[in-house]
Amino acid sequence: MKILPLSLLVAAIALSACTNPNRFGADGAGSANPAVGQPLGGVIPGSANDPRSPAYFNQTVGDRVLFNVDQSTLTDVGRATLDGQAGWLMTNSDYQAVIEGHADEQGTREYNLALGARRANAAQEYLVSRGVPASRLRVVSYGKERPIEICSSEACYAKNRRAVTVLAGGLTS
Amino acid sequence: MKFLSIFLVLVAVAGFSTAAQAQQGPLRITIEEGIIQPLPFAVPAFQAETGDAGQLACDLARVIAADLQGTGVFREIPSSAFIAQYRDFNAQISFPDWKAINAQALVTGAVSVTGNNVNVKFRVYDVVSGTNLGEGLQFSGTTDGWRRMAHKVADEVYSRITGEGGYFDSRVVYVSETGPKDQRQKRLAIMDYDGANVRYLTDSSSIVLAPRFSPSGDRVLYTSYETGFPRIYVLDIGSVQRRVLESAPGTMSFAPRFSPSGNTVVYSLSQGGNTDIYSMDINSGQSVRLTNTPAIETAPSYSPDGSQIVFESDRSGSPQLYIMSAGGGEARRISFGEGRYGTPVWSPRGDLVAFTKQNAGRFHIGVMRTDGSEERLLTASFLDEGPTWAPNGRVIMFTRETQGEGGASSLYSVDITGRVLRQVSTPEGGSDPSWSPLQR
Repeated sequence: MKILPLSLLVAAIALSACTNPNRFGADGAGSANPAVGQPLGGVIPGSANDPRSPAYFNQTVGDRVLFNVDQSTLTDVGRATLDGQAGWLMTNSDYQAVIEGHADEQGTREYNLALGARRANAAQEYLVSRGVPASRLRVVSYGKERPIEICSSEACYAKNRRAVTVLAGGLTS
Repeated sequence: MKFLSIFLVLVAVAGFSTAAQAQQGPLRITIEEGIIQPLPFAVPAFQAETGDAGQLACDLARVIAADLQGTGVFREIPSSAFIAQYRDFNAQISFPDWKAINAQALVTGAVSVTGNNVNVKFRVYDVVSGTNLGEGLQFSGTTDGWRRMAHKVADEVYSRITGEGGYFDSRVVYVSETGPKDQRQKRLAIMDYDGANVRYLTDSSSIVLAPRFSPSGDRVLYTSYETGFPRIYVLDIGSVQRRVLESAPGTMSFAPRFSPSGNTVVYSLSQGGNTDIYSMDINSGQSVRLTNTPAIETAPSYSPDGSQIVFESDRSGSPQLYIMSAGGGEARRISFGEGRYGTPVWSPRGDLVAFTKQNAGRFHIGVMRTDGSEERLLTASFLDEGPTWAPNGRVIMFTRETQGEGGASSLYSVDITGRVLRQVSTPEGGSDPSWSPLQR
């Protein structure tokens, strides 16, 4: 068992908030650190101000939807986010996406893998219903293996119960 | 890795002169539910029959004592309390000296080393009646297999006194974990049941989950994200060669387990958001669908005779345990208590199902009979899950994860009375243990 010094822990959290997708996908991306790549004026291609950029998708459109405990039903907020994602994906048709389904740590490993699959699928089906070709979307479940928040309370669990749309491909990426 | 060669010689050790070699002496302890008095035993350092066997003579006795003590069924009498000094394997035992310190069982042994080979002899005595408990036996093997020889001796002692099969000469494959919760690194590891001789079977470049031993103990099924998507792999422990099992594009497969024959794998497959149970012929790759509902069906485990499968389903609205025929079809629900049930595992004895239970914000490892009766919870913590049975069906190992930002996983074992709970020492964090059958 490893007990990390607090300073290392903080570094790990800060790292997980940068916009570079790690090897497990773009879990760490999002609105937590909007200052990255902020231009002083005008649109810097690829930045969050460039509506065609993955950064814009992740931060402005929103790359994730959240779920209630043990649920895979989309919320109103979730559907609105996915409407935005569908619009973006229809405009930027050279992108594909993997939708990652996640669960909080309450529950067994196996059940959470299946629950994450349900959540990812719910997001995928909604995007397809909004016109995104199914051939551009894949789903994967991480169950409880990749939390983004690490406390053991509802404040963290609520953010971990998510489906994240991770872009792949694209001419500008 | 070369397997250790250990030979069990089923002959009485020569030179032994005491009269009755009782096949079954009066010394007997029955493992049952409820409080029992641990049986006091003594294992003096073995006699070193060759000059370079001195350290081994001490180490063998130490591992044997630790095995027996760890069951909670036995209580070791420390050598500092000994009156009689044990030096000669063939000398008469001074039973009054062992009775005086309240030892009820006495294990004596001798060890000799010739080059790279070790020979171990031992006898078990019933101190109270002053007789032998079974015959003296000897094992031969290589020096690097000395711990296995100690475990084999301890298994014999345990069996002779309890009437149950032993479980010490066994291994555990598990997931070794490092790093914080949001950056956890996982790799497969294998070790002796007591945490010794850890060896890593994969690197940590991909998430790996839930390894499961084959019935012969030579292969391991596990789930890996090597391709970016969860798929099932089978790994040969000796060569560390692995191959991915067949799966249809766009699906995810996980939660595999071998059938008792070792030829079939039962597992979960997710497609279109729905997870069902399938079985696959491991040689042909042909799969058969066993459940077909919109609910989550996962965590399947065969009965020891291979005729039935216990699994988890939320078809009733919450995860519960069900049993169906190994060929699929109608399932009957067996869990009816409060809370959510998961990861059922059929006992190797066939009598019990171990499971994970989540209720009122706590997790438990529990057991119930296969008809769902006599449910008993053995543990309680923030997060306990994933039971695996010792080969004799008397002990369960599982994952315990601690709460909060520094939360980490480690391996624990508990006996089926729930009295003896222990952490299993591993070099890093540990999860998802799978207990091997007894080694041969």
